[in-house]
Amino acid sequence: MSTQAAPAPKIRRTLSGTVLSVQDLNVTFPSEAGPVQAVRGLSFDLAAGETMAIVGESGSGKSVTSMAIMGLHPATAKITGSVSLHGEELLGRSDEKMSRLRGESLAMIFQDPLSALTPVYTIGDQIVEAIQAHHDVSSAAATKRAVELLDLVGIPNPQLRVRSFPHEFSGGMRQRAMIAMSIANDPDVIIADEPTTALDVTIQAQVLEVLKKAQRETGAAMIMITHDLGVVAGIADKVTVMYAGRPVEQGTVDEIFYTPRMPYTIGLLGAVPRLDATEKQALATLEGNPPSVVDLPPGCPFEPRCPMSTPECLAAEPPLIPTEHPAHVAACIHVGKVAAGNLGYDDIFPVAAPAYSPLEQVPRDQRTTVLQLEGMKRHYPLMKGAVFRRRVGTVHAVDGIDLEVKEGETLGLVGESGCGKSSTLLEVLNLKPPTEGRVVVLGQESGQLTGRQRQQMRRDVQVVFQDPMASLDPRMPVFDLIAEPMEVFKVDKAAIEKRVNELLRLVGLEPSHASRYPQQFSGGQRQRIGIARALALEPKLIVLDEPVSALDVSIQAGVINLLDELKAKLGLSYLFVAHDLAVIRHIADRVAVMYLGKIVEIGDVDHVYDHPTHPYTQALLSAIPVPDPEKERTRRRILLSGDLPSPANPPSGCRFRTRCQKLPTLTEQQQRACVDVVPDLYPTGQPDHTSACHYNEEVRVV
Amino acid sequence: MAENLLEVSTEAPVGTPTPVRGESKRLTRRQLILRRFLRNKGAVLGLVVILALVIAALVGPYVTRWSFDEVDRRAYLKPPNERHLLGSTQSGRDMLALTLRGLRKSLLIGFLVALLSTGIAAIVGSFAAYFGGWFERISLWIIDLLLVVPSFLLIAVLATGGSRGPYAWLLLVVLLAAFGWMLSSRVVRSLTQSVKEREYVQAARFMGLSAPKTIVRHILPNISSLLIIDATLNVSSAILAETGLSFFGFGVQPPDTSLGTLLGEGARQVNSFPWLFASPAIAVVVLVLSVNAVGDGLRDALDPNSASGGSAR
Amino acid sequence: MGAYVARRILNYLVLLFLAVSLTYFLAATQLEPRQLYELVNPPLDPVSIEQNLRSRNLSDEVPLLERYWTWLQNVVLHWDWGEAPRGGDIGGEVGRRIWVSLRLITLGSLLGTVIGVLLGAWTATRQYKPSDRSTTAASLLILSVPSFVIASALQVAATKINGATGVRLFEFVGETGSRGSYAGAAFADRLQHLVLPTIALTLINAAFFSRIQRNLMLDALGSDFVRTARAKGLRRSKAVMKHALRTALIPTGTYFAFSIATLFTGATFMEIMFSFHGMGEYGVTTILGQDVHGTVAVVAFSGACVLVGAILSDIAVAILDPRVRLS
Repeated sequence: MSTQAAPAPKIRRTLSGTVLSVQDLNVTFPSEAGPVQAVRGLSFDLAAGETMAIVGESGSGKSVTSMAIMGLHPATAKITGSVSLHGEELLGRSDEKMSRLRGESLAMIFQDPLSALTPVYTIGDQIVEAIQAHHDVSSAAATKRAVELLDLVGIPNPQLRVRSFPHEFSGGMRQRAMIAMSIANDPDVIIADEPTTALDVTIQAQVLEVLKKAQRETGAAMIMITHDLGVVAGIADKVTVMYAGRPVEQGTVDEIFYTPRMPYTIGLLGAVPRLDATEKQALATLEGNPPSVVDLPPGCPFEPRCPMSTPECLAAEPPLIPTEHPAHVAACIHVGKVAAGNLGYDDIFPVAAPAYSPLEQVPRDQRTTVLQLEGMKRHYPLMKGAVFRRRVGTVHAVDGIDLEVKEGETLGLVGESGCGKSSTLLEVLNLKPPTEGRVVVLGQESGQLTGRQRQQMRRDVQVVFQDPMASLDPRMPVFDLIAEPMEVFKVDKAAIEKRVNELLRLVGLEPSHASRYPQQFSGGQRQRIGIARALALEPKLIVLDEPVSALDVSIQAGVINLLDELKAKLGLSYLFVAHDLAVIRHIADRVAVMYLGKIVEIGDVDHVYDHPTHPYTQALLSAIPVPDPEKERTRRRILLSGDLPSPANPPSGCRFRTRCQKLPTLTEQQQRACVDVVPDLYPTGQPDHTSACHYNEEVRVV
Repeated sequence: MAENLLEVSTEAPVGTPTPVRGESKRLTRRQLILRRFLRNKGAVLGLVVILALVIAALVGPYVTRWSFDEVDRRAYLKPPNERHLLGSTQSGRDMLALTLRGLRKSLLIGFLVALLSTGIAAIVGSFAAYFGGWFERISLWIIDLLLVVPSFLLIAVLATGGSRGPYAWLLLVVLLAAFGWMLSSRVVRSLTQSVKEREYVQAARFMGLSAPKTIVRHILPNISSLLIIDATLNVSSAILAETGLSFFGFGVQPPDTSLGTLLGEGARQVNSFPWLFASPAIAVVVLVLSVNAVGDGLRDALDPNSASGGSAR
Repeated sequence: MGAYVARRILNYLVLLFLAVSLTYFLAATQLEPRQLYELVNPPLDPVSIEQNLRSRNLSDEVPLLERYWTWLQNVVLHWDWGEAPRGGDIGGEVGRRIWVSLRLITLGSLLGTVIGVLLGAWTATRQYKPSDRSTTAASLLILSVPSFVIASALQVAATKINGATGVRLFEFVGETGSRGSYAGAAFADRLQHLVLPTIALTLINAAFFSRIQRNLMLDALGSDFVRTARAKGLRRSKAVMKHALRTALIPTGTYFAFSIATLFTGATFMEIMFSFHGMGEYGVTTILGQDVHGTVAVVAFSGACVLVGAILSDIAVAILDPRVRLS
């Protein structure tokens, strides 16, 4: 074959328009505890150019589905049913035959691009490998095509970057390279398995755009697997909701989001915190946890958590029955009732009344200040060399921030990775003097504490961590875990016992749970144990580091509601660090947005969200998908260019200027101010709302 | 790059395996590990054999016809017969009794050394990794120093100059442990580094728990399973080391005996009088093989990624 | 990179210096060269014994530090590592013996490593199948047997075969033996004497590396990038060879480089069992022979090997792992 710049265009057979057809797919795995029925009876059809989103939480079987279609499961898995591509059956094919289809007609994009790319080969080599696996072209021609692909997905300097290694790219770039690799051979089906879950929000927006572009270019059908309903609303045409391995509702994206008929779907949509929620509402809580698919009892798997359940629900697992639109099916025997009353989540699920604390009545400036940061900086030396380490630079993790948390208030600290929010949190918890500036906790400056005073202060500042699995010592029973802080402060045994039981009840667990081990609880329950532990010493300030981001959506709501309730009941103050702005909107009173070690906007949460004035805040808010297909379709996204600068080498003047979407619109004179002058937090014309932009101006993006 | 000699290979896996998400455990962790271990026939066999050897070594002296230092003037250099089940040596001593005695000594030394060296490694490794800074750098440097010298030769030198009484083997234990803890401490250090960043350790720090208590209460129990594997493998390497030293006459000296000493004496005449060499050789191989099999079985049982779950078909 | 390596070499040299000095102190205090003279029959008079010892800087009546200083000066200024208690230049002896050791171990170690790595990689793809189980069992067995027992067993078997066939197929005492007069006889003779030790070394090294490589490969096989390679359309075997093996070679490279460090002293048993008069054997004979200078020289050599191994492993990592190369 002569050298060609691109492979010959494929002829797409479109008998009925259907490219991929899955019928009654079942996947079972062996495990220590017995056979795991990961997928039970999934069916759907996909036409060219269509996007199907498969949504579900952990244990729903969505990732297993994608691997089954690709034929990548180990031989120990038992797969039955039918998967046909252009009418040809895929299941049961040998590895050799499947290998010919994989990468050519079927392409897959994985979740974590760092571990999904081989670290020892260049990006270019890996793309070339994908091309040469299916086409007999020379390396030079394949490399040329690789450069074209990298350009298509928006990687700058593709001729140069084609020789880079995966670890030299940022997360977003890597994912783009993965997309480039997957479309190299013009596939008919693209499967994207949680492609943006590991990425920051603004990067996620970029990558989703690239994904849409890739689909347009290739005309492929796409399967998008995700747990993020906002992403689904923005990209999908059809949706399948999975629960405990079964599809429980299928339909078009509008049908699912506006007229959901299965109680699980309704509950899920009600439990998602929304960026555009204007009034304070408690979230729908789904009691219980997603079931384990190892030994399912008979009947509907959602029954234990469904407020609408009746005895018939236990009889058998409901099949998918059509609702008012024939293509919209739901697996619930009460579909008729739901449709007739057009029941929403507040009709079906218990929605707690939002908790209000008596402190909220007191005006803000009259409350005591629990935490105050003044000009706080935390710099880390950048060391090089292993034996004789020498300092080659400084990482400006936190570079001068001022904030205040008053009693009974929740301050949300948001930003993307590298913004310094975690470092800020650590500074507060360490109670040691920062690189510069002051940290004042309950009136005492942390830099001037003696060891004993610091120890005493630990009673007042406690922490709840992100990962419920890693924040509890798996070797200790729950009682010991909660009692430990009290033991450190030498509380006597009888008092400890009483308090542990009290705390367990406070967080919604039973005192009998105290003798169990963390592994026996679900993620949400473990997080409650962590909260109980934090409350043990009756602290005034609790610092929370992304406490719900590792939890399933249906569980998140319960923990968020609990935190709200505790704050009101116990008069606590929270410093809440998160990257999920929707959650912050729900729980925080005030919010501070951080970028590259500085606060770029701070103020009352509703003001900031509805009237953002800093370009970064605007971009951030516009990047967050909202679970509302109509809104998503008409939304105009502000896409940031480029990557985050290195915190060891921040830009002069305004740190955001290298990516700012406003900068190109300014005059040269104005731009010079951005380069030379570091912006302070300027007033925006609204009370308690300031932002660090020389030209701050309100732009509604939500 | 490697920070010192010990960092030359990484304990962490080369790639990241896909995590298993959200299934509630129906069996406790301990039961799961036990089940996986029992499924490994080699490991179970090894365990049985070790127990049998231990019992033989303990009970042997009371059951055999001859004691190990008894001289039978009627049987010099006799091959296995009904008087001496495994033959006799040129000084008229019974091979069976000698082998059992040697086995006892080797077992004793092996287990003691493993216990000591794992203990030292656990303390030094965990404290060094937890505190970091100067403490860690100095510890690493000392470890490097001890690794540069060939421990075999130094132990030989020190044992030569040491006392020669009936408790000389204790000196051997101390020396073997003193030169054997370094590699284990590398394991402990890398494990501690991975556990140190876990949030429950940070939580302990932020609730005011002192550093030594944090290490002992939170870190060490959570790396204990891998410490156990390491200790098991230390037993086999300690036995092999002692055997090697005794073979050349640096270790356990006559009239006391270990499997290595017996091997050393028997090797010289292996072609003419093979039973002098065969009994201790088989004993040592069986012992070390069993220990290694158990260690391997433990490692597989604790590894969540291996495919020993059978098939769903 | 160059500056980095230079700094590490400096660090290792300081370590080596300290280690060797420590060894000198130990050897000079624990070993007793005087004994050798005192056990001679007929006994020499004390004065001439003392004279002998002093002339060789081995007298325990001279303060330890003074002896150390003399020794140090000799080594650093004249590259003179001293004499054995009854005479004999250490430096020359070491020089000869290094080559003997090299000749013994090179073939067996290289062969064993290559076989071990390939075997380990192959059995990892067949985890828990019979081929894997039998290879694992065999490796375990070999590694559980002390190396001198392997050597003995081989010798016994060789003797039996020699006896049974009537032809002296296997020669295993020493490096050379009776030659014959045909062309290339000397070379053939040497080869013949190498057969058994090479078999022994190959077995041991293959067992060691196959286990290590198997574990590393198992980790790599379960990794995400192998899954991506298969998703691109590579067949299973190709994905394994190209992606998993290559990535798993990074730590293997460091193991191998580091094992060079212990190569020479590890061959001690082989040298003694097969009567090759190399460095390993020298270590034992110097200690048994109360030879202070000899012992220190062996330790210095072995320490130098460890250093070379460590530096090689750093370089190996830098070559094999692009993540490290560019930092």
